[in-house]
Amino acid sequence: MKNYFKYRKPKTKRSKRFLESRAPKLIEDVKTAMIMKGGNTSQTVTQALKDIVSSNITRPFEDSTSLEFFSKKTDSSLFLFGSHNKKRDHMPNDVCVTVSFVLFAGRLFDFHVLDMIELGIEKYVSLSDVKASKCPEGTKPMLVFAGEAFDTDNEHKRLKSLLLDFFRGPTVSAVRLAGLEHVLHFTALDGKIYMRSYRSLLKKSGCRTPRIELEEIGPSCDLVLRRTHLASDDLYKLAHRQPKALKAKKKKNISHDAFGTKFGRVHMQKQDLSKLRTRKMKGLRKRKGNVVAEEQDGQAPKVAKEAEHTE
Amino acid sequence: MAACSVEALLAKAEQEEAEKLKSISVQKELDLEFDIGNLLACDKNRIDLREFREQKKEDFLRSLARDNTQLLINEIWKQPTERVQEAIVVKLPDPATPLPREKPPPKAKPPTKWEQFAKLKGIQKKKKTNLVWDETAKEWKRRWGYKRAKDDTKEWLIEVPETADPNEDQFAKRVKAKTERVAKNEYNRLKNIARAQKGKVPVMGLATSTQQSKEELSLAVSVAKTSTASAGRFQDRLPKEKAPKNMGKKRKFEPLIGDFSNERHKQLELLKLMDGKKPKLDITKAVNKQMREEDREEAAAKYKKRAGKKGRKGGNMSGKGKGKGGKGGKGKGGKAGGGGGGGGGKRRGKPGKH
Repeated sequence: MKNYFKYRKPKTKRSKRFLESRAPKLIEDVKTAMIMKGGNTSQTVTQALKDIVSSNITRPFEDSTSLEFFSKKTDSSLFLFGSHNKKRDHMPNDVCVTVSFVLFAGRLFDFHVLDMIELGIEKYVSLSDVKASKCPEGTKPMLVFAGEAFDTDNEHKRLKSLLLDFFRGPTVSAVRLAGLEHVLHFTALDGKIYMRSYRSLLKKSGCRTPRIELEEIGPSCDLVLRRTHLASDDLYKLAHRQPKALKAKKKKNISHDAFGTKFGRVHMQKQDLSKLRTRKMKGLRKRKGNVVAEEQDGQAPKVAKEAEHTE
Repeated sequence: MAACSVEALLAKAEQEEAEKLKSISVQKELDLEFDIGNLLACDKNRIDLREFREQKKEDFLRSLARDNTQLLINEIWKQPTERVQEAIVVKLPDPATPLPREKPPPKAKPPTKWEQFAKLKGIQKKKKTNLVWDETAKEWKRRWGYKRAKDDTKEWLIEVPETADPNEDQFAKRVKAKTERVAKNEYNRLKNIARAQKGKVPVMGLATSTQQSKEELSLAVSVAKTSTASAGRFQDRLPKEKAPKNMGKKRKFEPLIGDFSNERHKQLELLKLMDGKKPKLDITKAVNKQMREEDREEAAAKYKKRAGKKGRKGGNMSGKGKGKGGKGGKGKGGKAGGGGGGGGGKRRGKPGKH
């Protein structure tokens, strides 16, 4: 009887809608992110957190209890956890303390951690420090990843996918041309990842496509990739499985060849081969006179039948 | 002269075009990879570290960003555009980069018992209105739910049908029928869920999955045995299992014309009994039985009284609990009543003979 409570029917329409919004769907909604602060967060880190994901914040939490529990409560699948580490290096005659600001960025699949990456923040310039006009919040940013590492190194590839998940915003079918303002540029160079945020100004160029000028806005940081906790290959594959309903339906009887020519297939009904004429023989051609005679013959028996019937 | 000027003009036009294109063209070793659906561009070109260190970092990054963004914008501008309410909008293709899902895709639910039946019979779902016109209240009321149109439990006047017992409480009867329907519906809903999850669906009488008594277990075993194609006739028995009593036939009748000697013996026995001086009725036994019966009836009446009081004072028991309790109580009461009635009938029959 313990499990009975799991199968209660929702009693109100509102609770029903709530449960439906949390249930797995064919086409999913935008991912929301949880922003969390660890025990010793400094102002820099807090500022970093607030700036980076200002449009996706759900609720900041103060303590680091189970990540998965919070994810279930808020129905979020991305998280950003900021803290700061004090490392004590015991050198022979000296004890130095290195303080580093750390960000943990990660995502969840089915409320279990899929990927988690620790990023050290080396240099951070916050929104308030940069004096420039800002982009309105909520604009879908253009994302650019530069550097070979994002294509060759496995960890960088995952980081790229994670950053894409974080910053891409809702999937839209169309975008206002004038609204393409915000650009986020990530460069993987020299073991570090430089994140810069720009506002693009579309200048006249003489032809239809405008010339781009960039103006630096927004937070910029230099990140160092530290520890990673990446999902195993098969879990990663499982997370990517798309439901069959979303697969594009293939149109039957249409094929394309190597040159791009479109071929179609037509299915004919069975032909009466006895009536097939392979050669033109003038004598067999149906003539007008013959046709009329056939019609008359056709009609005559009908008339006879009717006469019989009445009699 | 004209030819010269024409040529000059053409050359000038070409130059101008080239300049214009220059402003938006960017030279790169490797082309960038674009995912327009996500507004994403990936630059795989090697970045010259020396250049990076020579220049100021920010300027270098900025120029790199500008170049890449220009290429991305060029690519976006190639997409088809349309005009939507005074704004020019570019249509984006679907995102191409595969990203992991939040949750696994939903599993198709297997059809419920009713859905299977409807599919078999070809019954279509008819869309019904939410509100129904109620003549007596002269307003629109819900078809089902709170304050619904035809709620037979809320009627203040019920005609007692001719076939019914005059002392029966018709109102209580309707309420009880309603609770039974609710319990049945809930039971069917849970059965559907269990079937959907391929869980074990228990048979009506054996619903408990917790500790079962010896009798319940043996009942379950016998039910399982009998539910074979040959009704359990060829099922092997467990080592210590006893042969089942004859659970089917309740009465055995001798054939009409069969064993003559047996029949003769029986007839003679009967005559002997009828002639015998010893009375058939054992008075002490009968009296004891009657006293025991009366005691049992008194105890049952007391229990009912106490249970009735408790029910009124105790207040809200869950509907399901009430339904189950009601069903169980009724079953027990029915059995006891039947046993008592049967016994009494038997007893009364015997003195009637003499």
